[in-house]
Amino acid sequence: MDVFSDPYNVDVYVTGFLWILKLTAASTVGALVLGVLLAAMRVSPVPVLRGFGAAWVNVFRNTPLTLIIFFCYFGLFSTLGFSVSDEIDLNNYWLGVIGLSVYTAAFVCEAIRSGINTVPAGQAEAARAIGMSFRQTLTMIVLPQAGRAVVAPLGSIFIALSKNATIVGTIGLMESSNAMKELINANGDAVIPIFLVFAGTFAVVLIPAGYGFGWLANRLAVKR
Amino acid sequence: MTGEALIVLENVNKWFGPLHVLQDVDLSVARGEVVVVIGPSGSGKSTLCRAINRLEPIDSGTITFDGQPLAAEGRALARLRSEVGMVFQSFNLFAHKTILQNVMLGPVKVRKEKPAVVRERAMSLLERVGIANQAEKYPAQLSGGQQQRVAIARALAMQPKALLFDEPTSALDPEMVGEVLDVMTSLAREGMTMVVVTHEMGFARHAANRVVFMADGQLVEQAAPEEFFANPKSERARDFLSKILTH
Repeated sequence: MDVFSDPYNVDVYVTGFLWILKLTAASTVGALVLGVLLAAMRVSPVPVLRGFGAAWVNVFRNTPLTLIIFFCYFGLFSTLGFSVSDEIDLNNYWLGVIGLSVYTAAFVCEAIRSGINTVPAGQAEAARAIGMSFRQTLTMIVLPQAGRAVVAPLGSIFIALSKNATIVGTIGLMESSNAMKELINANGDAVIPIFLVFAGTFAVVLIPAGYGFGWLANRLAVKR
Repeated sequence: MTGEALIVLENVNKWFGPLHVLQDVDLSVARGEVVVVIGPSGSGKSTLCRAINRLEPIDSGTITFDGQPLAAEGRALARLRSEVGMVFQSFNLFAHKTILQNVMLGPVKVRKEKPAVVRERAMSLLERVGIANQAEKYPAQLSGGQQQRVAIARALAMQPKALLFDEPTSALDPEMVGEVLDVMTSLAREGMTMVVVTHEMGFARHAANRVVFMADGQLVEQAAPEEFFANPKSERARDFLSKILTH
């Protein structure tokens, strides 16, 4: 483990995982907001919105994430000139967040839509019968119950998101997989230990997170 | 009952695919009147009840409530629904809200009333239906009869002009039917306008002003309960009554 006694190497490792943490945090928020909006569109009575939601899911769920991230960099940024920050790292970070969010939102949307299907039709009928609008029925009655039903699958989606965040390394951000590559390039004799430390870090954080989502799912489950 | 009409259905028709579930239905319910709708399963009585607040859209004909024709969509329809309470066969209490929240939600969110005022009214309604001590529980923790009484309190919290009951006791264990019918009977005595779809002939006899008999999507006959049960005019009604009253 000589590799990790060098403070420079430790810094590369820590910085890499901090980027993963930041990418995951921002993209989780983005994907959740977008995903809920898309799910609302997909169950709305307006055909144009339903079509938009369906198109989004079909496009982004069926495109490799690497291509989406590449497009954010080479398409949005290099070709179309869309830039978030003058600082190259921050710019790449936000391009990554955009790509991860639009991609993951498609999965969040479908999870929530399946959650909506678990809410008995009578719940929405009762809400409409006391005079609630479509929006009130959705946001106060249907979505809260749908969300509670899909905590566990959403957890899996966000765990996958945290690992997918390593793909942002392909557009130059020094996140964990790039950090690992750099350490391996400089320390060819310690490939296995380096690999185990990086994989282990993911496992140490994500295994408890998985159990946490399971616990939360039980706690929040709607009793019928 | 000769009061002014509150709910008027004229020439109402509805199809489910090829099935003609409501056939030229005409019905007028006066303010303060209690109308009990009975009839065999599949006769269209639940559909009729649900059409009145447009949970089921109709294909032709008109329904007016308190002088206003039923709006097709949007705000006007929501306002109408807030004035017509509905009690369902399967209670449909909001599963993720407490009993008190269930009762308060409509007045606070739909009518924008002050929560403090609504809370007081909600508690007195729960008191009235005998559930006040369960106000902080969730629906799944209550028995069916208790849930249905909460559902009635939830409908009353909106201070509706009329109440619709769609087979309110059909999903209940037999020993819980009485407690729900007691609440409904007291509402009827107080002059609430009610349309009740039910199989409870006892309730029809003692609480209804008028019994409406439906079969095969048609409104076959209507009469005061004493008259209807003692002397049904149509063959279809005689047949129906002979099947349910002999046991």
